[in-house]
Amino acid sequence: MSRLERFRSLFRTALDVPEEIAPERYRALRRKITLLLTAAAVVPLLILSAINYHQYRATLTREIVTPVRGLVNKTRHSFELFLAERASTVSLISQVYSPAELADERNLNRIFRAVKGEFPGFIDLGLIDENGVHASYVGPYNLKGKDYSTADWYQQTRVKGVYVSDVFMGFRRFPHIVIAVQRMTDDGHSWVLRATIDTGQFDRLIASMGLEPESDAFLVNNAGVLQTASRFYGAVLDQLPMPMPPMTYETATLETTDPAGRDVFITYTYFQHADFVLMAVKPRAEIFKPWTTLRSDLILLFVTSVALILSVAFGLTDLMVRRMRASDERRIAAFVQMEHTQKLSSIGRLAAGVAHEINNPLAIINEKAGLASDLMELAGDFPERDRFRALVDAILRSVERCRSITHRLLGFSRRMDVNIEQLDVNDVLKETMSFLEQEALHRSITTSVSLDPAMPRIASDRGQLQQVFLNILNNAFAAVPDGGSVTLATWLRDPDTVGVSIKDNGKGMSDEVLRHIFEPFFTTKKTSGTGLGMFITYGIIRRLGGDIAVQSTEGAGTTVTVFLPMKAAPTATLGS
Amino acid sequence: MKGIKVLLVDDEENFVRTLAERMSMRDAGATVALNGEEALQMVSAGEVPDVMVLDLRMPGIDGMEVLRRVKKAYPQVQVIVLTGHGTEKDEEEARRLGAFEYHKKPVDIDILVRDIRRAFREKIEDAMVAATFAQAGDFDNAREILDEDKK
Repeated sequence: MSRLERFRSLFRTALDVPEEIAPERYRALRRKITLLLTAAAVVPLLILSAINYHQYRATLTREIVTPVRGLVNKTRHSFELFLAERASTVSLISQVYSPAELADERNLNRIFRAVKGEFPGFIDLGLIDENGVHASYVGPYNLKGKDYSTADWYQQTRVKGVYVSDVFMGFRRFPHIVIAVQRMTDDGHSWVLRATIDTGQFDRLIASMGLEPESDAFLVNNAGVLQTASRFYGAVLDQLPMPMPPMTYETATLETTDPAGRDVFITYTYFQHADFVLMAVKPRAEIFKPWTTLRSDLILLFVTSVALILSVAFGLTDLMVRRMRASDERRIAAFVQMEHTQKLSSIGRLAAGVAHEINNPLAIINEKAGLASDLMELAGDFPERDRFRALVDAILRSVERCRSITHRLLGFSRRMDVNIEQLDVNDVLKETMSFLEQEALHRSITTSVSLDPAMPRIASDRGQLQQVFLNILNNAFAAVPDGGSVTLATWLRDPDTVGVSIKDNGKGMSDEVLRHIFEPFFTTKKTSGTGLGMFITYGIIRRLGGDIAVQSTEGAGTTVTVFLPMKAAPTATLGS
Repeated sequence: MKGIKVLLVDDEENFVRTLAERMSMRDAGATVALNGEEALQMVSAGEVPDVMVLDLRMPGIDGMEVLRRVKKAYPQVQVIVLTGHGTEKDEEEARRLGAFEYHKKPVDIDILVRDIRRAFREKIEDAMVAATFAQAGDFDNAREILDEDKK
């Protein structure tokens, strides 16, 4: 709820009409919109990329690991087949021949040679009687008479019936295994037929897997003792320097780190009828070689996309916020100008009402005093005539003063009406200047006026021009120190244009200030200015078809020059 | 100023009576009407003035309406507007309806008297020129001159 609300308010603030143009507002807006745009584009991309990444990886891993698993499985089968064949052979001999026949070493030798011819790997063959003593033996060593009654393999053969040993060196100094089968004679005596098999066959089976030089495959027993030599993890009968993988009868793969610190995939399978585990080790780097290439491509694609999104988000936001700001500024400027005009307009109406109401009693005073004067002049003999004349004159002068005030108030209200008329720019300038006479007097500001007496009348709006001149004069008065000077001049620039310049010797402006002078809400007056004076001035002059130029030197003063056309511009529809 | 018939129309009696008195002191006898109805009645009763000094804002029929009716019926009557309430639009309208001059109150009596004389002289000149045309038998031109005031 609150998150949703916050999300909504984000959009609301973007669309609200702001009450002021605060740069922080637009910075925040820019930040928020950029963030939103980026998040909206990057998050799905990120999710998609992550899913792609993992799926590609999983697929590739499967594709690479599955053949290895098949190979390991097949090789285990070969091992099992090899062992099963040997065990069957020993079992078959024990069933076909009686112990008595086997006890005869000539028979045993014949059988041994036949078997060796059929099944490579047989080293020797021997019969052990029920006391655990080698009764007969054929093979390269002299083992006849050796007592095995306490040997572990003998005990296990007695219990299990068939026994396949781990690889061991024994005193033969090369790896081999023992396969033993127990039989019972009809009269209940047990005997064991024992064969030794050379595990050189194991190495050939491993070699037939055809592994890459970085890979490894070997057989270990359940206790982790190597049954065949390993490329990286030790010789036959060394302890495998890694923990044994969990027991499973299916061929499985696990990821781990070997003692050399290489990340490896181990594919392994437990034998079903022997305590052996076949393991194939492949370094991860090798498996992931194609994946690494693909991953680089994926990452490059992602980074490029994000960069593109970011640049579009930033660019778009910048454009949007700048437009928004410009439109806000225009809207507020229009609003403030309207408010300003309305305020002036209502002041104007009030002033006009007061002026009209005062004019009538003023006319009565004027006539009464005039009549008094007339009567006095007509009377032949009037005591203190001079004194009365002075009194009446004083009254008439005051009436004249009131009259000029009410007429000026009426002139002010008149400025609120939009009205193109033939007017004398000199008159308008002088009239506007009269509003500031009191201030000029108080602050000892010298106003010098150089007006072209031959100025033609122009078609323009008196009220709007007064506002323009008043704005410029106000700025000039604000810029000059007490005792400064303001110079007004008018001239005919060309047959169609008149020029008006207002020059002061005030503090002037920097180029930076000058660049922004016609922008709305730009002010150097800190607290007293609205920042709209020159903006409105510019707007009025453009609507009247004129032009305005400002020259300024910091510390030396400012000259504002206004050019006005003789004929009103077609765009001079004010108030729009 | 003897011989000029002036009618002052203003609802402000205090003002208009004093003005009339001062004008009579300057040999300009003036009659007074205190509202629009009274002024129109006087004119239609045959007391057609040479120059009418007319206030605009009055109760009942206002000055602008009086101006319109008088100029329609008697185009030769010269009307000077003297008002405390006039705006520029009023001045424009009054001049369009044929007012000879437009003044805002308070006005200097000498200026007013001067304008009354000027208005009268212009009226007489027009009448004389028209009469001359009429005597010569050119009634079209005579009528045109008199009609110009109607416009």
